[in-house]
Amino acid sequence: MRLSLREHSVIPGFGLTLGYTLVYLSLIVLLPLSALFLKTAGVPWSKLWTIVTEPRVMASYKLTFGASLIGALVNVVFGFITAWCLVRYRFPGRKLLDAVVDLPFALPTAVSGIALTAIYNKNGWIGQFLEPLGIKAAFSQLGVVIAMTFIGLPFVVRTLQPALEELDGESEEAAASLGASRWQTFWRVILPTIAPSLVTGFSLAFARALGEYGSVVFISGNMPMKTEITSLLIITKLEQYDYAGAAAIAVVMLLASFLILLGVNVLQWWVSRGYQKGTT
Amino acid sequence: MKYSRLSVALFVLSAVAVGTWIGCKSESNSTNSSGGGAAKPAVTLLNVSYDPTRELYNEFNKSFAEYWKEKNSQDVKIETTHAGSGKQARAVIDGLEADVVTLALAYDIDVIAEKGKLLPDDWQAKLPNNSSPYTSTIVFLVRKGNPKKIKDWSDLVKGDVQVITPSPKTSGGARWNYLAAWGFALQKELGDLSKLADVDAKAREAADVKAKEFVAEIFRRVPVLDTGARGATQSFIKNGQGDVLLTWENEAYLAVKNEPAGEYEIVTPSLSILAEPPVAVVENFAAKHKTTEVAEAYLQHLYSPQGQQLAAKHFYRPAKPETLSAEQRAQFADVKLFKINEAFGSWKEAQAKHFNDGGVFDQIYQPGSK
Repeated sequence: MRLSLREHSVIPGFGLTLGYTLVYLSLIVLLPLSALFLKTAGVPWSKLWTIVTEPRVMASYKLTFGASLIGALVNVVFGFITAWCLVRYRFPGRKLLDAVVDLPFALPTAVSGIALTAIYNKNGWIGQFLEPLGIKAAFSQLGVVIAMTFIGLPFVVRTLQPALEELDGESEEAAASLGASRWQTFWRVILPTIAPSLVTGFSLAFARALGEYGSVVFISGNMPMKTEITSLLIITKLEQYDYAGAAAIAVVMLLASFLILLGVNVLQWWVSRGYQKGTT
Repeated sequence: MKYSRLSVALFVLSAVAVGTWIGCKSESNSTNSSGGGAAKPAVTLLNVSYDPTRELYNEFNKSFAEYWKEKNSQDVKIETTHAGSGKQARAVIDGLEADVVTLALAYDIDVIAEKGKLLPDDWQAKLPNNSSPYTSTIVFLVRKGNPKKIKDWSDLVKGDVQVITPSPKTSGGARWNYLAAWGFALQKELGDLSKLADVDAKAREAADVKAKEFVAEIFRRVPVLDTGARGATQSFIKNGQGDVLLTWENEAYLAVKNEPAGEYEIVTPSLSILAEPPVAVVENFAAKHKTTEVAEAYLQHLYSPQGQQLAAKHFYRPAKPETLSAEQRAQFADVKLFKINEAFGSWKEAQAKHFNDGGVFDQIYQPGSK
């Protein structure tokens, strides 16, 4: 593809817009993040390594990344169903439901945390039915997954909706008339079209869950080695005025999140390229 | 058509945003200019405090503003922020320009002196009673009728009792809980805590080993570690976790006052710790704002009869109990209290030994300890 620097566009000048983008990104994103790296600069490598690989910290990575992954995967499935329902059907209260989807975005995380804990603890509306079944929802790893699923849902739904709206019923009809089963239509026609959005939604939900603090600390119970998330450990370090230690763990989170997001972006590019090739 | 709808939407959004902004601004302007007839220009103080003092300072600020106005015919406006004590100390170190700090632990102000270099190291000697105008202690809150018969610290480790406390790693109050339990165990081993200084090192060490076992056993019975005192109260009351909540005395009274009568009972143990939440003028910032005089008067006012009355009203134990009526004094149960320096040297030592990474609390919680 030709590098299209001089393409005609409404907003003036590639130079101007790129310059603005770089300055803006530096001020808002890169500078604060480099400050994080600077905070760790005084600590020797060997000590830094001990800090970030302590068993308790490792356990928290496992929980944070694991629960975020599960939460994002759950959202991919149920977010898809929600988006499908909102796009494909017209029913009374649809607009209302559509607005409800955004609530996890807007709520202060502490509010969601308190609300979720109140519902899922052993006296809560849902928790009281789970407890007799031997399922401990609040104050367990399951609770962490629930909180992370809750806050990630809007990302999947909101990225999928436009893609589903663009799907024209005609190709589905064509597939059906050519004798495709429902499953084949879904797998061969619908899924490839929405796959890039699905991956985007997944990565956004995943990224958000990684950084989640407020809603998780209430429902998790914060037991070391079991239900302690990494951001809580960072706060713990700060409570001891251990700025370097806190920054060190934060840097690990930052690098890991960046690599994962980069990976997901590559995957998304690969998926959408495959799809474009397939259609043209 | 599409464009015009978009522009209408943008217009509405920006109008709402600007309106809100102006609304907030004019509100703050109006409070500034109220009572503008004063001879001297109004002065503003920033008090950086911790969570449970919200209600206390709400009233105290009004009381001080009246007092100052009468004395100096000058308006004073006091802003108070509340959050976890350690978090507040960090904010001041990082440049939140507080004129006074009123925090939960002397250690937090020590760090402001040490890392922030914002006040002298001997700040605690500047005001009476170790700069603590009010004190508190750690008590137990149990459910109606005290079903597990919890009377004292030793009952916490009996049967299947579950204990609720926040994590000492994130909560100042939880550090007091932990140290109070430790002190109780020391007393059990050594007898009177006031003689602690005379005990030989070996006996003290043996007692510390016992105390560690005792505190470890308590924390083994903690099903949920909240990050702060209010969160733990929430877990105990709203979420029905545990049989007993270890908490600040004032927090326990507040819970009893706010919940339906008889739902919860306060149990005062035989021995507890004297928690001294200290106050100090952040001298560098006060000098910069030219508020040193009023900031000092503000803290002095805490020791005045009005200040002491307000502290008692909000269930803090006043430093000068003689300013209270017999009735007010009776609301605080008689309990033997020990000071942190009697059992642990100082806050700095206690923090380093017990709560910093790799300290005793972390050993209690090492993997496999459960």
